[in-house]
Amino acid sequence: MTAALKLTKLKKDFPVGKSLFGPPRAVVHAVQPVTLEVAKGETLGIVGESGCGKSTLARMLVGLLPATKGTIEIEGAALDTADPSEFGKKIQYVFQDPLSSLNPRKTIRQIMDAPLKHLHGMAAPERRKRIAEIFAAVNLREEFLDRYPHEFSGGQAQRIGIARALAAEARILILDEPVSALDVSVQAQVLNLLADLKQEFGLTYLFITHDLAVVEAVSDRIAVLYFGDLVELGPAERIFSAPRHPYTKLLADSAPVVGRELKAPEGRETELPDPLNPPPGCSFAARCPFASDRCRAEIPELKDQGDGVSVACFHPLEG
Amino acid sequence: MAFLKLLARNQLALAGLIVMGLVVLLAVLTPILPLANPDVTNTPARFTPPFSEGALLGTDHLGRDLLSRLMWGTRLSLAVGFAAAFIAATIGAAIGIISGYYGGRTDNIIMRFVDVLMAFPYILLALAIVAALGPGLMNALIAVAAVNIPFFARNIRGITVGIAHKEFVDAARLAGLSDTKIILTEILPNVLPVIVIAMSTTVGWMILETAGLSFLGLGSQPPQADLGSMLGEARSALITNPHTSLVPGVMILIIVMAINLLGDGVRDALDPRLKSGALSRPLPATLVDRDRQPGDTADGTALLELSQLETQFHIGPRIYRAVGGVDLQIQPGECLGLIGESGSGKSVTALSIMGLVASPPGKITGGSVYYRGEELVGAPYELLRSLRGRKVAYIFQDPLATLHPLYTVGDQLIEAVRVHRRVPKHEARAHAIELLKSVRIPNAEDRVDNYPHEMSGGMRQRVGIAMALANDPDVIIADEPTTALDVTVQAQILTLLDDLRRDRGVAILFITHDFGVVAQLCDRVAVMYAGRIVEQGTTDDILAHPAHPYTRRLMACVPELGGGRRRLEAIPGLPPVVDKLPAGCAFADRCDKVRAACRQGNITLDEIGATRRVRCIAPEIEELPA
Amino acid sequence: MGRYILRRLLSAIPVLIGISIVVFVIMAMIPGDPATAILGSYATPENVAELNRDLGLDEPLVQRYFIWLGNLVQGDLGRSFNLNRPVLDEVLERFNATLILAGTAFILCSFLGIAAGVISAARQYGFADKAITFAVLLGISIPSFFLGMMMILIFAVNLRWFPVSGMWPIYGTRDIWALIDHLTMPALALAVVATGVIARLSRSAMLEVLRQDFIRTARAKGVHERGIIWRHALRAAMVSIIPVLGIQAGFVLSGAVYIERVFQWPGIGQMLVEAILRRDILLVQGGVVFVAACYVLFNIIVDVAQSLLDPRIKT
Repeated sequence: MTAALKLTKLKKDFPVGKSLFGPPRAVVHAVQPVTLEVAKGETLGIVGESGCGKSTLARMLVGLLPATKGTIEIEGAALDTADPSEFGKKIQYVFQDPLSSLNPRKTIRQIMDAPLKHLHGMAAPERRKRIAEIFAAVNLREEFLDRYPHEFSGGQAQRIGIARALAAEARILILDEPVSALDVSVQAQVLNLLADLKQEFGLTYLFITHDLAVVEAVSDRIAVLYFGDLVELGPAERIFSAPRHPYTKLLADSAPVVGRELKAPEGRETELPDPLNPPPGCSFAARCPFASDRCRAEIPELKDQGDGVSVACFHPLEG
Repeated sequence: MAFLKLLARNQLALAGLIVMGLVVLLAVLTPILPLANPDVTNTPARFTPPFSEGALLGTDHLGRDLLSRLMWGTRLSLAVGFAAAFIAATIGAAIGIISGYYGGRTDNIIMRFVDVLMAFPYILLALAIVAALGPGLMNALIAVAAVNIPFFARNIRGITVGIAHKEFVDAARLAGLSDTKIILTEILPNVLPVIVIAMSTTVGWMILETAGLSFLGLGSQPPQADLGSMLGEARSALITNPHTSLVPGVMILIIVMAINLLGDGVRDALDPRLKSGALSRPLPATLVDRDRQPGDTADGTALLELSQLETQFHIGPRIYRAVGGVDLQIQPGECLGLIGESGSGKSVTALSIMGLVASPPGKITGGSVYYRGEELVGAPYELLRSLRGRKVAYIFQDPLATLHPLYTVGDQLIEAVRVHRRVPKHEARAHAIELLKSVRIPNAEDRVDNYPHEMSGGMRQRVGIAMALANDPDVIIADEPTTALDVTVQAQILTLLDDLRRDRGVAILFITHDFGVVAQLCDRVAVMYAGRIVEQGTTDDILAHPAHPYTRRLMACVPELGGGRRRLEAIPGLPPVVDKLPAGCAFADRCDKVRAACRQGNITLDEIGATRRVRCIAPEIEELPA
Repeated sequence: MGRYILRRLLSAIPVLIGISIVVFVIMAMIPGDPATAILGSYATPENVAELNRDLGLDEPLVQRYFIWLGNLVQGDLGRSFNLNRPVLDEVLERFNATLILAGTAFILCSFLGIAAGVISAARQYGFADKAITFAVLLGISIPSFFLGMMMILIFAVNLRWFPVSGMWPIYGTRDIWALIDHLTMPALALAVVATGVIARLSRSAMLEVLRQDFIRTARAKGVHERGIIWRHALRAAMVSIIPVLGIQAGFVLSGAVYIERVFQWPGIGQMLVEAILRRDILLVQGGVVFVAACYVLFNIIVDVAQSLLDPRIKT
């Protein structure tokens, strides 16, 4: 079986302090080379804190940002980011902020029409029919179609965003923090809807979030990003219960959980390294209780630990 | 339509519109009005005073009829002004949109050129252009339009850059739209209001400018006259016959003033921020307009007591009952969690305590707040101010927005100390460093001179906490202090808060939406829904045995770490909007145990057990298990 | 700081070159040739050609630009054929007068405008706010040249408080008091519009800032309302007011052209208008380049002031 989505050494650098001519003054490595496969029908969760490069990665996958290096393959074919009307049919994106992803000056119908018209060249009556089908699938009333985005709550707007992504008939959806802007009671509605749609249309999800509990509840496998690096990849049910990478453990220990006593899980109260001046070795070394000299000099590679878990660490924890 | 209504609501703008309408109408009708020929000279009748026979406004130095010249001049000035504004706006906007949308090198080169043009005091450029093209009204028009293009271009570019980075533009790209299509259908409709605003606020300016060039003799050439050249010609007779100057001068004033009033109205009507009344300056303390006298007298033992507190937002005809009668007691040294979803009124409750709700539009409309038995609602501003930060301190959500960006954290800490205590500056500074050490900021001696933007989010929130501790308060009100932070940093901050409260015996009112956080930090919890408390009790009780259906279901729909892959228990529907609350229980529409009685009357917060209260006629548990 | 100023000065060089190109190109667009203008329409073609050669006008455009630029950096702006004196001498003398007028007006409008704006915002919807708002509306709607004429009529002709026009008394000593006597009316007339614009902007900048979260933090600390307005809000509002002061300086300089005409002030604006009407191209060219360059330098000062105020600007 070919993978739905395959990234090979995908990398993104951002130049800093660019001048009109001449080279930039510095480079920030937003995403270090990432190699990753997503199987058909799988939900891969990508979790990390702010500045870990998860959104940059997502935007590269849909061609909104050109990759500095590496390749993206969708269902075995290399992604050609040159023609939006081609890859738009293969992979779509659901945005974090549902309201700002809808043009305030267009009706919902105009917003829904765009992918049908430009990606699939459908005629008006056909579009009308298709929109009705999609709206039924995401539990939205058709009377919403002639309203403007500001008339909707966050949860409804996010359903509209999902409906638009479905209209493109892409098989892969990149969900970039799709429920972070929503209240918990509405968040559950949207998460359940996403699960239903996946069943119904046989979709593949890449679910990006900072919320450990949410990502655990929806994913098959989870990838943990830290400072642009993929540090751990493993099955959802064990990644936080038996973390192998010290950072994954730190994350799991930090999450507020009912019934667990409050204590700072970290001895040294340090934060992210300076992106303009990254450390030479493992980027987590400064915060890691197990760091050795090797960690500070050499960058560990992501290695399969033999049980379906891959870790980028010289001193992985016992699972 | 809504736009015209908004415009009409603004009386000044309406006045401007009417005056402008009249002037334009007269200008249009000028050719068919029975006026004397404006260019026929009649030297014997020169300088006839106004209100003379046959010359209502008198005549000028060549005996030409001033009324007629005024009408024709107005016509010309308006036409030139509008044309210049239109040309400048169109070309400037086109340049701005292209530059802002494509960015990169295109943007760089265009903007460098715009910079060069804007480096001229604008009239020099206009004079240079007129010098090159020769004096004349058309050339003056070109000069004025050309000089204003860079202003429009830069303004529109800024707006376009903002819009081009919005997510809906990305969405359009993914929907297969080409760049041209995106510019025309996504960017332009959003930029258009700004173009209209910019145009309506600069038309008056353009009329002044063309009049100015004519006044200098570089615009319209005799015998043709616009208002500016009429003034220019009248200048030499200013002292002997001032009416020849007054007539065109007053006309320019009227036109430009009407346009400016109208332009402001257009801007206000198109600027969505003004619709919500958000551009009002918040008063030093929230307005108090209680129709009810304070509720019960204070329970003497509580440090802070809220009694039937009501806070509303009056926005246009709507009244949002953000806080609809909240009772809370905070005992010394305890940590009370106030939990709820967005719009439940938890933050407004917190801000109401010290009168920090932005007012207008906020207003405290009922109830009381007692600090150690002393009423704070309606208290004199000076009392409120002296308690703020000294006895009751706040920590806010986003530490970047809540610290002043232009002062060092040291200066801000020193200020927090010195507004309440007369201490020398160096002593206050030493105290500031102590405070930073107490919130575990490494290298406090150096960090004290940092600006907020030089710190990470976690460090900034530590500063926020240090500032709250500056005067050893009795209560700290923490309004979602960790929501903007990453989970690893959140754990650090929560531990810090917990340690501090145990060491110093300070009480905390902790506002959050996260049950996990509440469970780890708080002694007691109050759950808010639609502006009211629906349940309160000790943290362990509530987490173990939620009594209100909302509490139970809210807890069920939050995924919890370690629960594995699963389907979540969603609550159907949406929380009600607090400007039209239903009678009875606000949760009734979403509740699976709803019955007819739920939708009637006022459901009270009843005690079930010594420490437990719930606002439900069919609670999940009747009594607290022993 | 020193590095920032240096960098800012270096970045002004391309702008200055751009200005010289723009001015040169505009002036080169003038139809007909200066030689004909100088010699009059009775000149023979031979005379014209000879003068063109003398003036270097027979060279190609690009070459002429570089010759002109070369002379420019050496301080040679050419000779005014009309006044028969070096352009630079004339420009310096006239600019001095303009600087006194515009500088005074600029200082007036900055202080008055910011104060009015702050008071207006602090007393939003109160009497002071309404009065200031109305005055501002009047100020930005009245043409400065008309205002100047009315001031002459009222304060010079009727009340005889100030002299009608000019910079110095025709007879009598040229001391500071005589200057102030002559300067008051034109400086006020010139300051009015810019005061209005600055007051408006300061008001809205203050209102914007007063809604920010950090103001609420300051209030929660117990800072007095006075401190909130003048220490917290105004400081933050200045970040958006200062750039506008830079732009308004350009508008004051521009408005000076009209005011100089009304009050017969012997400034550079008067000189330029006369030069244009007489087609004295070198004088126009030199005057424009000189004033624009001064304005560029002024804006560097504004930027430096801004960087001193706002630590977020990288120095």
